[in-house]
Amino acid sequence: MAKYIIKRILWMIPVMFGVLIIVFTITYLTPGDPVITILGTGYTPERYAAKAAELHLDKGYFGQLFTYIWNIISKFDFGKSYFSNIPVAREFATRVPITATIGLISVAALALIGIPTGVIAAVKQYSATDYVLTALTLVLAATPGYVLAILGVLYFGVKLRWVPIAGLGSFKAWILPLLTNSIPTLSIVTRQTRTNMLEVIRQDYIRTARSKGLSEKVIRRKHALKNCLIPIVTVIGTSVAVVMAGSVITENIFNIKGLGTYLYSGILSRDYPIINGSVLLIAFIVCCVNLLVDLAYMAIDPRIKAQFINTNKKKKKRTVDEGVD
Amino acid sequence: MSLLEIRNLSIHFVSHKQDIAAVNGVDLTIEKGKTMGLVGETGAGKTTTALGILNLIQKPQGRFLSGEIIYKGRDLLKLSEDEMRKVRGKEISMIFQDPMTALNPILPVGEQIAEVIRLHEKCSDAEAEKKSLQMLEMVGIRAERSGEYPHQFSGGMKQRVVIAIALACNPSFLIADEPTTALDVTIQAQVLEMMADLRNRFGTSMLLITHDLGIVAENCDDVAIMYAGEIIEIGTLERIFHNPKHPYTLGLFGSIPSLDKDEDRLHPIPGLMPDPAALPRGCKFHERCDRACEACSELIQELVEIEPGHKVRCHRVVKGEI
Repeated sequence: MAKYIIKRILWMIPVMFGVLIIVFTITYLTPGDPVITILGTGYTPERYAAKAAELHLDKGYFGQLFTYIWNIISKFDFGKSYFSNIPVAREFATRVPITATIGLISVAALALIGIPTGVIAAVKQYSATDYVLTALTLVLAATPGYVLAILGVLYFGVKLRWVPIAGLGSFKAWILPLLTNSIPTLSIVTRQTRTNMLEVIRQDYIRTARSKGLSEKVIRRKHALKNCLIPIVTVIGTSVAVVMAGSVITENIFNIKGLGTYLYSGILSRDYPIINGSVLLIAFIVCCVNLLVDLAYMAIDPRIKAQFINTNKKKKKRTVDEGVD
Repeated sequence: MSLLEIRNLSIHFVSHKQDIAAVNGVDLTIEKGKTMGLVGETGAGKTTTALGILNLIQKPQGRFLSGEIIYKGRDLLKLSEDEMRKVRGKEISMIFQDPMTALNPILPVGEQIAEVIRLHEKCSDAEAEKKSLQMLEMVGIRAERSGEYPHQFSGGMKQRVVIAIALACNPSFLIADEPTTALDVTIQAQVLEMMADLRNRFGTSMLLITHDLGIVAENCDDVAIMYAGEIIEIGTLERIFHNPKHPYTLGLFGSIPSLDKDEDRLHPIPGLMPDPAALPRGCKFHERCDRACEACSELIQELVEIEPGHKVRCHRVVKGEI
């Protein structure tokens, strides 16, 4: 088990390198000269050369790429913002916790609300409850997060004045950003749970469980739900990426000082170290989530676990089994 | 004394498009300690009858149109869901057809056995686990494998686990729905032998559903032949095998290749089982019957006793014409 996890973590290294090279190349090839952007009009050739040397922009593509990679590996230095001169890594330290907290709560809400709702819709299939939930989830799934956010700000913030319209100052201020982040994916989790639950509940082993005299509640919880968790975990895993991407929009609408606003400001001002660093960080988070999803698969389904680990041990065991049967 | 008596059981599957008549007025009596073989083609309504006994018909499409299922003096169809749950697994249990899909893939087999014991027996978790290990040993699986998952077992071993689950609470009545169909022949013999052995030890009554007349001959006391949701011939093993009367039963026996004669071709019954959504009038078998007369397509024949312990649903047999 530990061996498998280490192997997977080592595999993240080439993936991160790939992402790094692609992002770096894209920002490198983007037209526009950062030095001119920083200095504005009316600079002397000397000042230009000095600034370019300071930012390592005089080295050519490979030189810049290697400097960038080397600084990250040796000093955990993602460079400095061209304009504010604050190191990207330091900004991360204050901004990532905010985005991560919103993201984590959003994803937890997805699981805690989405799965039970899906189970209810499946159990009460073709009832009024099911139709209402289906209609609601379809409408929400079809509405982009930013539309919900702006409508929410207008109605609850401006008209009713229930919640602040910006910042994370009070407990109430968290409500709208969290809803904006989780509602679009929430409906996907609900639909996925409903579909899988309906499929699993028709399986033979559920009939076996019923023939044992187990109550529907036990059958649902112990036999059915666990068997339909795999696709649900997959959806929740992908929703992390969606939530991360959505944070760019959410944080800007609600003026939250997280990773999303940082990346957005970086893109607007062509602040390449910010863009590169943020994208790398998001890629890293997605990689970690993928690993967690795979580990969750193994925890849920022993067949998947057997596929990934102990292949040698299993082969040996199987020959013994054949002797028995 | 009869342990289970099914009277005039009819089960239909109703959707907005069609009405599928799966079981039509079945009468069946199983004596204490005896084994009844229920024989018929695929789609004859055997499994539906069995699931009906446990009230496990797929709802809401599946409906009981009529009938009583009297078990130890109580009509199972009149029990509440809570009362019925105390019958399932404890009084009556079922061995399912396909062991590959009948076990929960993500629960250890030991737990799948212990679960039913914990539910029905008044015992601690530790005792339930101990009993589940005993059950595994009894069906010939080493107890230390109880923590393993279904995918780590072969088909035959999975079926033994299914049998261990069914027998875990010493039920008085066991329904075995084609317990060996999904297994290869050598394993079939083992499983049947084991079931017979356990039956003798615990005195369990059994309904054995199969389409293999050889299995019936080896294991059953009584035989019922089912066709299109009806019992068309029923009697003791001896009567049915030595003196089969209904043309369909004769066709079933005729389709078994003989070892004595040098035969090149099999002799199947021509045609197919009628569509249960549009059953023919009169005798349901008349369209495929080589002895049908004009009256067969009109006359609705009841089961009639033609000799002690032998009933047939065919007006030509009853009138002595064939």
